[in-house]
Amino acid sequence: MPKVKIDNFEVEVPEGTTILNAARQIGGDIVPPAMCYYSTLKGSGGKCRTCLVKVTKGSEKDPRPMPKLVASCQQTVMDGMEVANITSDEVLNARRGVVEFLLINHPLDCPICDQAGECHLQDLSFEHGLESTRYEFERRTFEKIDIGPYIKLHMTRCILCYRCVMVANQLTPERVHGVLSRGDHAEISTYIEKAIDNDFSGNMIDVCPVGALTDRTFRFKSRVWFLNPMDAHRDCPTCSGKAVVWMYGNEIYRVTARKDKYGEVHDFICNTCRFEKKSINDWTIEGPRDIDRHSVISQNHYEGQALTVR
Amino acid sequence: MQLTNRSKNVVNKKMSFWERIYLPAVLAGMWTTIKHFFRKKNALNYPEVKRPFAPVYRGWHVLKRDAQGRENCTACGLCAVACPAEAITMEAAERKKGEENLYREEKYAAVYEINMLRCIFCGLCEEACPKEAIFLTDRIVPADYVRQNFIFGKDLLVEGVEPEKRVDVTVRQKHLTEKKAVELAS
Repeated sequence: MPKVKIDNFEVEVPEGTTILNAARQIGGDIVPPAMCYYSTLKGSGGKCRTCLVKVTKGSEKDPRPMPKLVASCQQTVMDGMEVANITSDEVLNARRGVVEFLLINHPLDCPICDQAGECHLQDLSFEHGLESTRYEFERRTFEKIDIGPYIKLHMTRCILCYRCVMVANQLTPERVHGVLSRGDHAEISTYIEKAIDNDFSGNMIDVCPVGALTDRTFRFKSRVWFLNPMDAHRDCPTCSGKAVVWMYGNEIYRVTARKDKYGEVHDFICNTCRFEKKSINDWTIEGPRDIDRHSVISQNHYEGQALTVR
Repeated sequence: MQLTNRSKNVVNKKMSFWERIYLPAVLAGMWTTIKHFFRKKNALNYPEVKRPFAPVYRGWHVLKRDAQGRENCTACGLCAVACPAEAITMEAAERKKGEENLYREEKYAAVYEINMLRCIFCGLCEEACPKEAIFLTDRIVPADYVRQNFIFGKDLLVEGVEPEKRVDVTVRQKHLTEKKAVELAS
């Protein structure tokens, strides 16, 4: 098994593992951020360039460094490879540039956006972005589109990560939407505003790293940090039935799939669970979901174990 | 038992003639009183005359409108999450067609309530506000007998559209921008 050194941490991973996944096995802040790579979707990654890293030593046999920064979600490891992520100023500088490019056409409507508080682009720009924009031209704007009764598409916010297209390709029997046009004109669309009504289409809301695809049944209902996320399950004939219900008192405001610490879903849930089961009687509540304490969602929540004062 | 050294022995001494007629003591007392007639007055006739407020004074909140009279607040919830007393609650709604002259953004606060009994007037809500919508003003929250009346809704918080009903917050705004500039510089 190849041994690889990332930011001076050594890890042994199976052949064919990408640098990103090797870094995730080490964990901590050396894991490169990823906006388009999604471990449970085949073929994702390589589009957003936020996971760029520097390979300072190619391998044991060929120790020359790689001439350019590489996308860590695509580059597989080789034995003796040495990678610099947060220890390299070149990488951090490039990432700053990538974030600035991602934000060029992204509107500053976080106060309105339902994704705010759990948005990956928000986290990314908080960590790597500039305080203000240098872009002086008009941003590209689109009309909002309702794709089906459950999903709203804000193309203006989209960063073209292709995750939702892969969800449609891999989870649903037939794909009815995709990316039209090229380059600057590229947009996610259903072509002739065809409704998306596949049973697993709601998962594109969860995989969307920004607020481009949002839940119409939750639209402007509340802010994520006012709700209590609870692990819950139900007996579902189509999906695993394992979900997170976002509650306010005894009301369920929305249902999402369970995301891991990299914001990725492993058990996709069906549209019935997501959009139609919003009564507390439909679910067996397991308990409060563990939320990272740095997240705004953990604000004013006290689900941790109470300490005994002697 | 003696507790302190400050205790005085009380003596029932017989008063002298001048002390007995009390007149010098009365005149001395009157002198103290009459002296105040010619002093500068410290008190103001409150409701008619008001003292100027310090720019840091924080009282009754206002929800601002922009120059066209549209509400600035988009119900983003940042004031409520910043509030240490959890005094602010809100409910958002989507702006419909034809309401563009009422609300600035596509989402607005349909219900916005501040519990004035909970509020500690710390001003964190105006610091958190990304839309310059909420400000604390120099108006004093009036007293009341009923608890329910201290929950101020949008009728008491949003300023009027007419120019004379606008609440001037320029002093407070200047104070806040200066404070933010100092924080950024450090």
